[in-house]
Amino acid sequence: MPDRFSLEVNGQAHSVETDAQRPLLDVLREELSLTGTKYGCGEGACGACTVIVDGEATRSCITSIAEVDGRRVETIEGLASGVELHRVQQAFIDQSAMQCGYCVPGQIMNAVALLRTEPQATGEQIVEAMDGNLCRCCNYRNLRAAVEQAAGR
Amino acid sequence: MNDANLELERYELREPQRYEFATDRRVFNATLGAGLMLLLARDNSHAQPGRRQPRRGEPLGDRLHVAEDGIVTVLTSKVEVGQGSRTQITQAAAEELRLPIEKIQLVMADTEQCPDDGGTAGSRTTPSTVPRVRSACAAARERLVELAAATLEVEPGEVQYDRGTFTTAGRTMSLADLVREAEVAESLQAPPNGEAQVRRVSEWQVLGVPTNKVGAEAIVTGQHRYPSDYQLPGMEYGKVLRPPSYGAKLTSIDLEAGQKLEGVTVVRDGDFVGCTAPSSWQAGKAIEALVATAEWETVDHPSSENLFTHLKETAREGGGRRGRRGGGAAGDVDAALESANQSIDSSFEIAYIQHAPMEPRAAVAEWSDGKLTVWTGSQQPSRVEGELRGAFGLRGDGVRVIVPDTGGGFGGKHTGEAAVEAARLAKAAGKPVSLRWTREEEFTWAYFRPAGLIEVKAALDDQGRIVAWDFANYNSGGSALDTPYRVPNKRERVLECDSPLRQGSYRALASTANTFAREVAMDELAELAGVDPLDFRLAHLEEGRLRNVLVAATEKFGWRKRRAEGRNIGLACGTEKGSYVAACVEADVVDGEVQNLLVCQAYECGAIHNPTNLRSQVEGAIVMGLGAALREAMEFSDGQIQNASFYSYEVPRMRDLPEMELVLVNRPDLPSVGAGETPIIAIAPALAGAVYAATGGRSRSMPLKLG
Ligand code: FES
Ligand code: FES
Repeated sequence: MPDRFSLEVNGQAHSVETDAQRPLLDVLREELSLTGTKYGCGEGACGACTVIVDGEATRSCITSIAEVDGRRVETIEGLASGVELHRVQQAFIDQSAMQCGYCVPGQIMNAVALLRTEPQATGEQIVEAMDGNLCRCCNYRNLRAAVEQAAGR
Repeated sequence: MNDANLELERYELREPQRYEFATDRRVFNATLGAGLMLLLARDNSHAQPGRRQPRRGEPLGDRLHVAEDGIVTVLTSKVEVGQGSRTQITQAAAEELRLPIEKIQLVMADTEQCPDDGGTAGSRTTPSTVPRVRSACAAARERLVELAAATLEVEPGEVQYDRGTFTTAGRTMSLADLVREAEVAESLQAPPNGEAQVRRVSEWQVLGVPTNKVGAEAIVTGQHRYPSDYQLPGMEYGKVLRPPSYGAKLTSIDLEAGQKLEGVTVVRDGDFVGCTAPSSWQAGKAIEALVATAEWETVDHPSSENLFTHLKETAREGGGRRGRRGGGAAGDVDAALESANQSIDSSFEIAYIQHAPMEPRAAVAEWSDGKLTVWTGSQQPSRVEGELRGAFGLRGDGVRVIVPDTGGGFGGKHTGEAAVEAARLAKAAGKPVSLRWTREEEFTWAYFRPAGLIEVKAALDDQGRIVAWDFANYNSGGSALDTPYRVPNKRERVLECDSPLRQGSYRALASTANTFAREVAMDELAELAGVDPLDFRLAHLEEGRLRNVLVAATEKFGWRKRRAEGRNIGLACGTEKGSYVAACVEADVVDGEVQNLLVCQAYECGAIHNPTNLRSQVEGAIVMGLGAALREAMEFSDGQIQNASFYSYEVPRMRDLPEMELVLVNRPDLPSVGAGETPIIAIAPALAGAVYAATGGRSRSMPLKLG
């Protein structure tokens, strides 16, 4: 039987009626049409689906809608304020940190979560934190450079 | 078929889907007869519609439109899968139209709108599409100048044009004004009046300049819609029932188990079983319910354990289509091998690997008044159109394929499985359907880079020169089969084998395998001759571009100094598709792991179009190549892929990033060629050399055995 869940997404309140086990990723994409968050593996292995839940980088493919009931979710669509890009987004453009770009929303959300707790993250902290976000274009040097730029390095 | 397509055929492997899709027999029989079934099952790669082939004298209006705001829309059938074609073609158009990049809008890969420039493969966009777009845009610019002159009532020679502004004797007119005042669209309907003058490399203002990805902002804000992101009103989500193992036949199933779930439509058509539902979650539940009732008859299937024996046992001389390319014979190899006093006899094993693009296969299909439109991620929009025509018996304007910029391809998306499946489900549901493969489906039912067994026999004369070179490639293919080194007696060939897995194109295709085997064998020969691997290669290379990159890489790396210091270093070089690469590597091996990796690579692809993207492509190719050199290999047994997950099939990650130094050799005097593939071919053998230096053990496999 479907249940009802309430969550805040990018500052907006939403109420969704669905199965408790349904992944947050599917709800964001299919119910809320927020397709910026990507599917890469569906099993927590790639980071393409990374969003921020109550301040923490979270893999939305292995997070059920029930787990985020009453919580605050941020997705890539909510990051820029108006036309002004978030500094991490700008850094990704400046450093050409994208080839196909499919992994990029997950990379950016993960980097944003890192820099909120560690605004001046060291190179080592960056690699450690970003290591779980796969980029099959293997554009890692530019990805690392982008996060370093955003961390002021 | 035009020249570009002929090129593609030579460069590309493409195996049709193996599972049988019986499709709608009624439509079939009614429109085309049952004969097509056979064709479809055998090979549908040539089922092309045969129209929109670009021809000489193509109207300029087919290639570009100028809008009232002065924005120029340029059309091409090429796709953007991450190699930078959108940016590059935009630069090319901007260059010849003398406009800033922001004034160009590129419409790509829409079979209804775009002139057919072929698929996006074989590094052909740079040498073939870019010149074509440039000459059309240059011709259009000349036409616009004539039109502006007529409007301003002066001679064309009296009009200066730059950056969208026409100037004559103090008067100016913008491109936008021209569109409002003159019949621009009509005038572009005529074909060009001869070869237009394109800008010389030395005068380039847009090409050759570091340029960020066009559309980057849409990507970083999550606004760009990849094929899997398309959503249409009333759309449902589809899933397909997959066999539990390769070759398994469905013997019974209770469709009701899925059908009875709320909102679910189940479709069975021959061996094809799938369903649609209002959400992918519900569709997944329905497939689970169907799986529980399905019974299958399985068949035996070789395992990766005995892969190389299997290839050898099933080998046939002749090489077939893939063997035709390249490969040479000269002199008397057998006699030279026989009489030589120093020789090697080595065999190399190359595992199957997968592209694993971050976005799996995906498609959204919509039927409307008997017409089918599909948005899908493919490198071959017009072939996918052909597959859909074949599958559904559609003619004329019945099918439109659109490829939105896609989340990775690497040669892995030449086929239209998801498009055909989504279209079949949409037909049954009577609604648009979105279908996205799971990672496990992608790892199992997509195709693989061919595995290969390569046998090299070679011999030295008493001066330490190679006198005999016998190179046999089992299964993996003919790209870069020819040795670039001077050898008097040689034989190079490809043997066709029975491939246990479905195989197809991959970034740089077999040139990675052939370059690996050749370069490791060169190291073995150098050792036999008691010569430094660099000197040994130089002694066998003519003057030219390959030698130049080898010298450039080794100088930058400091090969001789590092060698004198006894470091663990290796090098390799090679050429494919007209570009040249050399890599030097230093590495330690600690507890069976490669550490402290330094890579120095020189690469040359003619005149550089976009230094920013070139650097990204070369670095990405090096790191991707390290994955295949160190870890990636498909494991299979009992007809199942045993590592169909990013947990068990380990692709490179950020911590694998080596220290990289690049030498990007610009040759403004030479034609530009594609750079998305060849930079991947030298890294594995160069690393093999460093590993040998570190461990004393020669590994002749990809991935390398480090223990
Ligand atoms: S899609 Fe969630 S981790 Fe891969
Ligand atoms: S840019 Fe293509 S997967 Fe990261």
